[in-house]
Amino acid sequence: MTREDIIKPENLVYKRTPVLTDATMHYCPGCGHGVVHRIIAEVIEEMGIQDNVIGISPVGCSVLAYNYFDVDFVEAAHGRAPACASAIKRLRPETFVFSYQGDGDLASIGCGEVVHACNRGENITMIFINNGIYGMTGGQMAPTTLEGMETVTCPYGRDPKIMGHTMRLTEMLAQLPGTYYVTRQAVYTPAAARKCKKAIRQAFENQKLNKGVSFVEVTSNCNSGWKMTPVQANKWMEENTLKYFPLGDMKVDGKFDPKFIERVGTFDQPNETIFSLRKK
Amino acid sequence: MAKQLVLMKGNQAIAEAAIRCGCDGYFGYPITPQSEVLEHLMAERPYLTTGMVVLQAESELASINMVYAGAAAGKRVMTSSSSPGFSLMQEGLSYIAGAELPALCVNVVRGGPGLGTIQPSQSDYFQTTKGGGHGDYRLITLAPASVQEMYDFVELGFDLAFKYRNPVAILSDGVIGQVMEKVMVDDYKPRWTNEYIEENCPWAATGHRSTGKHRIVTSLELEALKQEAINDRIQAKYRKCEEEDARYEAIQCDDAEYIFVAYGSAARICMKSVELARAEGIKVGLIRPITLWPFPTKAVKEIGSRMKKILSVEMNAGQMIEDVKLAVDCNIPVEHYGRYGGVIPTPVEILDALKKMIK
Amino acid sequence: MTEEIIIAGFGGQGVLSMGKILAYAGIMQDKEVSWLPSYGPEMRGGTSNVTVILSDERICSPYLNQFDTAIILNQQSMDKFESAVKPGGLLIYDPNGITHHPTRKDINIYQVAAADKASELGISKLFNMIVLGGFLKVKPLVTPEMLHKGLEKSLPERHHHLIPKNEEAVEIGKGLLTPYHTI
Ligand SMILES: Cc1ncc(C[n+]2csc(CCOP(=O)(O)OP(=O)(O)O)c2C)c(N)n1
Ligand code: SF4
Ligand SMILES: [Mg+2]
Repeated sequence: MTREDIIKPENLVYKRTPVLTDATMHYCPGCGHGVVHRIIAEVIEEMGIQDNVIGISPVGCSVLAYNYFDVDFVEAAHGRAPACASAIKRLRPETFVFSYQGDGDLASIGCGEVVHACNRGENITMIFINNGIYGMTGGQMAPTTLEGMETVTCPYGRDPKIMGHTMRLTEMLAQLPGTYYVTRQAVYTPAAARKCKKAIRQAFENQKLNKGVSFVEVTSNCNSGWKMTPVQANKWMEENTLKYFPLGDMKVDGKFDPKFIERVGTFDQPNETIFSLRKK
Repeated sequence: MAKQLVLMKGNQAIAEAAIRCGCDGYFGYPITPQSEVLEHLMAERPYLTTGMVVLQAESELASINMVYAGAAAGKRVMTSSSSPGFSLMQEGLSYIAGAELPALCVNVVRGGPGLGTIQPSQSDYFQTTKGGGHGDYRLITLAPASVQEMYDFVELGFDLAFKYRNPVAILSDGVIGQVMEKVMVDDYKPRWTNEYIEENCPWAATGHRSTGKHRIVTSLELEALKQEAINDRIQAKYRKCEEEDARYEAIQCDDAEYIFVAYGSAARICMKSVELARAEGIKVGLIRPITLWPFPTKAVKEIGSRMKKILSVEMNAGQMIEDVKLAVDCNIPVEHYGRYGGVIPTPVEILDALKKMIK
Repeated sequence: MTEEIIIAGFGGQGVLSMGKILAYAGIMQDKEVSWLPSYGPEMRGGTSNVTVILSDERICSPYLNQFDTAIILNQQSMDKFESAVKPGGLLIYDPNGITHHPTRKDINIYQVAAADKASELGISKLFNMIVLGGFLKVKPLVTPEMLHKGLEKSLPERHHHLIPKNEEAVEIGKGLLTPYHTI
């Protein structure tokens, strides 16, 4: 059989969505960013909105997202993507608008912008890649870094007494009346990625309803920053990160998920350490 | 432990100097190419030894306001960042100058505008020396050209900040931040005691009304005439600073017919160009401003006026050249040579620019 | 004496640490030193290089575009830095992975087949020290004693038991050095 015999339309089982460009992604092998890019692109393709969408890219490893999506993009200053997305959606309400941010960008420097965009109930889709670290700048602590986890700015492990607690911003945002759909997903297994795609599809579909923010957190890895192989990183994430950041919906159609209410109910012990890597 | 010779990066030297000169607090946010400042501090953990506070803030906006408040309480506090982060700090710097507080801010400059590049640049000269924030204020600006100066200027910066009760900037760049060189580090100096601050910083809000009068730190004055008087006082400090604290280094200027004026890493590269030019028989020297504000106007005027031509070499599109021209009252031709956007000029390139200017 | 060196290869080949050991050894020998790395996220798995200068005088520019010596460990770096060696200068490279060998006739060129040797001996972590050995054979800028002291300074204490292994690798490199083109 020759190459030409194989490359035929009837043999095609998988192809790249035209919403992604031909550019080679600069992400480290095994990084979650690339997978999420693909999922978003597929959703845009399937919804047929490639010519009616504006993406906002952050400052972080995904700063170059605009090179990979064949849709219009605006690059925001560090942390300000929700403000940019708010303005664009208000000025072009007919257009699908999504922001894409890392955890340093969204939860640290951009904490104010994301809270207020959610509080105003902007009719936008927000994608939040939580890899527990600053990947771009070489592995510094993020607000989402787990207690006890080592980074270059907490080389002896994150100590909440000095560096604050691991921040579950998504849980906070779910409690704002302006959010309509809030969920935490992952992409470390094919099953998780399929679920994540459903959630992202929902988050885009919701823009048609004009009901407020649709927020998808994707708990991800940063094998470079964590100094692990991709396989180790995914395993580590499953065993550690997901304990503190459990997957699942928090708010659907503007209503709290019952499991979320139950979980938040256990938060009321003051300063309870829910999960720690620290050696006691 | 006495003085010690170590090999370290410019960014690490900033951190090490802070610990050793008795700095009370550092507040900062990661950004390339200066993240090693915070990383070195977090690895050294001075809060366990000297008691210095180190905190990774949530943003540069938070960092500079932590510095503002720490200074208001009479403590020796500092932050560091690179260009985009330093832009975010401008409001805070204006408040620090307005409230007449001492503070130290390090900018390890990268190429702009906007997110730009992470490669070295000197494109923040205007922002730093002409007042990047609002209001009539100046940042006393030190421009280190070696890792040793990165180290030395931390203590010098604090001294100047307290002498004038004004913010001081160390304007560095990616080359000096990232390069490793030999540094002679000092013995640890103790931090100021609260009693010392109480005695020597009567303006500080220490929480103890020891003078019998409450102390208010503010930059607000609603009455224009009073605000003008405050500005007069601030301007008088600036005149004094121009008089007493302008610094520079003159290299091979005595027999020179031409000079380069360059600071920081551009000055280092020019030193090599001077060497190359002199090997070809071109009599060129170098004036290296060490303070960018106050600019060493007198020195540039005096030395520059003896020259046939002056070449201002900068890693930007031509910013310091304005101060050089003002210094020589435009009596001597001044030209600019620069590379920007993160490109570093090479010694040979600068030599070629010099030859072109001479022709 | 001033020696201006560029060491260039892939990230992970130990380019930066080789430069650091050389710089420390230089300090031990009372020289002025400068070590300037390329930096930033594009270094991720990509190319990495460091400019090292050892001198008896104050060092002018830490950033250079012409070098007395280029130590080259991959093709991209060969493409970039072969032309940056000063006439009469030195180029040392590991032929592993090199498809276009250097062609200059006005410089001295040597090969050190360090990658093959390192994998043969199962010491791939010491690859960079083998290369360093090749360089020190041509230009004995630092004495073995000073190199030893340099290693003590640049390696964390918990790795000090590995110093003899590092020194052995340097000796292996000296033995591997083969002239490719000399003037
Ligand atoms: C005002 C400002 N401060 C700091 C930076 C430096 N910086 C760039 S990306 C980044 C953090 C990125 O982390 P995250 O958002 O978690 O994204 P990741 O790379 O992990 O995907 C920082 C601090 C900047 N570009 N601008
Ligand atoms: S550094 Fe981390 S977040 Fe960035 S591309 Fe690599 S794995 Fe992904
Ligand atoms: Mg992150």
